[in-house]
Amino acid sequence: MSANATPIPNAGASGASGHISDGRVAMKGVDISHKGILYLDSISVSFDGFKALNDLNLVVDAGELRCVIGPNGAGKTTMMDVITGKTRPDTGSAFFGQSIDLTRLSEPEIADRGIGRKFQKPTVFTDHTVFENLELARKADKRVWPTLTARLDSAARDRILTILDTIKLTAEAGRPAGLLSHGQKQWLEIGMLLMQEPQLLLLDEPVAGMTDDETMRSAELFESLAGEYTLVVVEHDMDFVARIADRVTVLHEGHVLAEGSMQQVQENEQVIEVFLGR
Amino acid sequence: MSVQKSLTPTFVPGALPHGTGALPRLWSGKAWAFLGAAALVLLVVVPVCNLLVPKDSVFHVSDYTVTLIGKIMCYAIVALAMDLIWGYTGILSLGHGLFFALGGYAMGMYLMRSIGRDGVYKSDLPDFMVFLDWKTYPWYWSFTDNFWYCALLVVLVPGVLAFVFGFFAFRSRIKGVYFSIITQALTYAFMLLFFRNDTGFGGNNGFTDFKRILGFPIAAPETRVAMFMVTGAALLGFLCLGRAIVQSKLGRVLTAIRDAETRVMFSGYNPVYFKLFIWTLSAVICGVAGALYVPQVGIINPSEMSPANSIEIAIWTAVGGRGTLIGPVIGAAAVNLGKSWFTQALPEYWLFALGLLFILVTLYLPRGIAGLWIKKRS
Ligand SMILES: Nc1ncnc2c1ncn2[C@@H]1O[C@H](COP(=O)(O)OP(=O)(O)OP(=O)(O)O)[C@@H](O)[C@H]1O
Ligand SMILES: [Mg+2]
Repeated sequence: MSANATPIPNAGASGASGHISDGRVAMKGVDISHKGILYLDSISVSFDGFKALNDLNLVVDAGELRCVIGPNGAGKTTMMDVITGKTRPDTGSAFFGQSIDLTRLSEPEIADRGIGRKFQKPTVFTDHTVFENLELARKADKRVWPTLTARLDSAARDRILTILDTIKLTAEAGRPAGLLSHGQKQWLEIGMLLMQEPQLLLLDEPVAGMTDDETMRSAELFESLAGEYTLVVVEHDMDFVARIADRVTVLHEGHVLAEGSMQQVQENEQVIEVFLGR
Repeated sequence: MSVQKSLTPTFVPGALPHGTGALPRLWSGKAWAFLGAAALVLLVVVPVCNLLVPKDSVFHVSDYTVTLIGKIMCYAIVALAMDLIWGYTGILSLGHGLFFALGGYAMGMYLMRSIGRDGVYKSDLPDFMVFLDWKTYPWYWSFTDNFWYCALLVVLVPGVLAFVFGFFAFRSRIKGVYFSIITQALTYAFMLLFFRNDTGFGGNNGFTDFKRILGFPIAAPETRVAMFMVTGAALLGFLCLGRAIVQSKLGRVLTAIRDAETRVMFSGYNPVYFKLFIWTLSAVICGVAGALYVPQVGIINPSEMSPANSIEIAIWTAVGGRGTLIGPVIGAAAVNLGKSWFTQALPEYWLFALGLLFILVTLYLPRGIAGLWIKKRS
């Protein structure tokens, strides 16, 4: 894991930034030599004529903690679907760093390049224990044969124990994940993302259904992750957003309405109209 | 579809699962003892009681029983294969009868060739080819007089078919009931193909009247017992293989695919290849079961490919308990013992009884017979 908080952990690899990776060889690390780690350029997605995303532009810098807010149906989840390869945009481009074209990669390939995603509805492996959930998520060679012959070494186990501690689930390590509370599942899913050692974490409503105490602890966790990781957090809980966000992007009808600090955004007239006129 | 994996050891908080670097234990001590006992019965007790114990002794095991158990063990292997793909991976195949039959036909080709000139028409060709007025073997019968070549076919034919079919189906993300229906259609299409005389596999009569295997007379008691022992060893071997797979990290990925496939994808695993691996392996295991079955029952015909046969395989697995390996083995045995009793006593009612059993199990025993055992323990 890139334990150092320097914003350019892969500076060494950036010499190769001139040409686009063909998706197979060498350049696995993301090239963030130009500060940005995620570039969405005029993305449009329509479902049966309905435009869920409409000329969406977004740039996220490496190490940033970005919050995305917007009313229901604004296209926040759809945006994450585009970034993670679940939905292909009709038009526009999506780049991870300077050279990784996300629109050409499959979901597992994108995950492998370093983008982790937490779903709006917590999704964990219910029949597996908490420990096994983390084990499966752990960064490793995830092809069939290496998976068949994989053995858990002590480094991996230590890493799992560390993450268990981070997500406060050490005591639950041996329980099937299906038996966890909603908030615990949310945390387990976040823990699974951390096990993947991604560079970019996409969190879709990570504190929905959490108690105030759990929400507080999540805020602390995310703040501690920013810098080392880049986080894009979608949330409806405005107090939570106000607390953690470096910058806030407001999405409305598939388009970016405003972007800036929480305060700037809150003072924006269009934003006030959209949120109050709802 | 959630099947608790209570047969695997549970994690005690504080303790650590999966010993450092060391192989995880394949079975618990009790399970090893059970397997050892099963091996003793199948490989020593039954053979001795059939061949050496006099017929009038109470300890004598009849030829009929040997053949019946041998046949049921073949079905049990199929149920085990079904459990890997359905119970653990959540993919319901309604075409496993096809792979079983293809393995059977591959072995059947060798057995037909071994008849030599002892057929009704005293020809080098099998009787059905003489009947069709064929003068030579078609090209795909080449080398089938060689046992080992046919043994290779037993593995390759179901394996390659499953691989190609699975590749396109899984890559197209065909799932759930759609996948089941396509597999059902596949086995049906093959059944129609094999029913045709021109296909060169004996049409609706299939292959029968085998005389010998590897030079030994096929109906001799010693040959029967040898085939029985090979089948028993194969069953136990596949049980251990299946266990090793579901205990591995790959096994946990399979169950994860069953429970949350999108999470698996976003964790960086490509489910297509994992499904393809277990699907192909499952088909190959079925093929081997078919190859063991045919010399013991002495016949293979296209009815083995009928859609109903494949559905029955799913029923054995559900009755025994999905996702437990040993459950489907028990399910296959229980249902088929029931079937052999019914078809003698009340032949008309067997299908009704089977349907009723399936409904009752679905309603009251979602985890099958193995579920009863798990419940009692916890
Ligand atoms: N697969 C789909 N088919 C049709 N319409 C869809 C699909 N996915 C999303 N939509 C529509 O696109 C719009 C944007 O949906 P999206 O889920 O991205 O919103 P969101 O901002 O995440 O909302 P929420 O805050 O409720 O989660 C919605 O109107 C939704 O109904
Ligand atoms: Mg959403």
